[in-house]
Amino acid sequence: MAELHLPATLPPLFPGLPRELDVDAKTVSEAIDRLDERWPGFRDRLVEAGPALRPHINVYVDRSRGELDTELAADSRVDVIAAISGG
Amino acid sequence: MSKSVLLVGTRKGCFVLESEDRRDWAVRGPHCENWPVYHAVLDDDSGTIFAAAASEWHGSAIWRSADLGETWEHSSEGLGYPDGDGDLKLSKVSNVRPAHGRLLVGAESAGLFESTDGGKTFSLMTTLEGEEGREAWNDPAQQPPGHLGLSAIIPHPSDAERFWIIVQGFSLFETTDGGKTWAPRNKGLRRDWPADYEDIGFCVHKVAPASDFERMYQQNHVGMHRSDDGGKSWTEITEGLPTEFGFAAATHPHDRDTFYVIPLDPGHGRTMPDGKVAVWRTRDAGSSWQQLDRGLPQENAYVGVLREGMAIDDHDTPGLYFGTSTGQLFASTDEGESWSQIGGLFPGITSVTYASVD
Repeated sequence: MAELHLPATLPPLFPGLPRELDVDAKTVSEAIDRLDERWPGFRDRLVEAGPALRPHINVYVDRSRGELDTELAADSRVDVIAAISGG
Repeated sequence: MSKSVLLVGTRKGCFVLESEDRRDWAVRGPHCENWPVYHAVLDDDSGTIFAAAASEWHGSAIWRSADLGETWEHSSEGLGYPDGDGDLKLSKVSNVRPAHGRLLVGAESAGLFESTDGGKTFSLMTTLEGEEGREAWNDPAQQPPGHLGLSAIIPHPSDAERFWIIVQGFSLFETTDGGKTWAPRNKGLRRDWPADYEDIGFCVHKVAPASDFERMYQQNHVGMHRSDDGGKSWTEITEGLPTEFGFAAATHPHDRDTFYVIPLDPGHGRTMPDGKVAVWRTRDAGSSWQQLDRGLPQENAYVGVLREGMAIDDHDTPGLYFGTSTGQLFASTDEGESWSQIGGLFPGITSVTYASVD
């Protein structure tokens, strides 16, 4: 199970969504899909048409920059970061 | 007794203001998780608030509240262009209009979406494919600042198949068949720049119809205009105003000859002329104009008002409301004769709309 860490901006959008949770998935995209199944609309908040990660959303897998197709190991740590943005 | 509700969209969320007497206002918010809100309206039929918002992190969504802002949900299901559909990319939703049992949403790239289930899901109605100028208005390099795309939707009150839209910087369009076909409605408008097309290339900022929807007023990038035939032709009525430029405008709900506008300096500033806040009114369909500034700041007030930033209510003696792009909110309960600041200091205001709630 990959260990997923989410930015503080996401839980207020989806009742019951924690900041940290374990997900059984083989890629970043699949992990997002698993959460979208439990919290419909979740994928839209991180992924735009393409599909691709939204421009200000960064994903790190085991502390290396990842993309949607980055593979996850059983014990991977996935950090979803809302990049510095706005004013 | 009904109460008055103001919905104030800002760069940092939506605020809900309520009043029994239009003088003392209770403020709630910010809502929508502080997302930038471009337009917020209350659907009179369902009592639901809808807000068009776009987060730089999490994309665009329509937020909705069925309890006057106490609780909110959001959805973007169906709000997007099909992969491979040219270069269209949805950067924001900029306008939302409930009418005739459905919800219409304007977006950038320029497209019109429809929801028939109260804002839970959306489907693409049109991207104006085949219309002259479409390639240019979907090119970010050729768009005006703000990049609003389809910046306004104006539903006809009794004909569900008929409505008008504005493509920012390019044209007013009308459909009479529910969005299947479109006609540019720019005849008689001025433009002070070269254009590739005779009927397209007009910078329409705001269209405010009278209750009969034959009389319309338009604040254009260059000039104030009036139509007496539902937008089919326009006559300039700028003379008497301090500038030809502005965004916000409102038509009197009971008198088609009375109309309000907030002129701004047309250059880079786009703030009130001479640092004096004023609303201008005509009572004779644009033949003459009066400056209304009693109670408004008259010194060092370099503020602007955006295109959805002014609203008028439907009381016998209508009240007017406008919010500045720097967060001040002003109100009048006497048709603009006198004004006071209400509510507090807000983030930059993009939209002010009024509703009466029982």
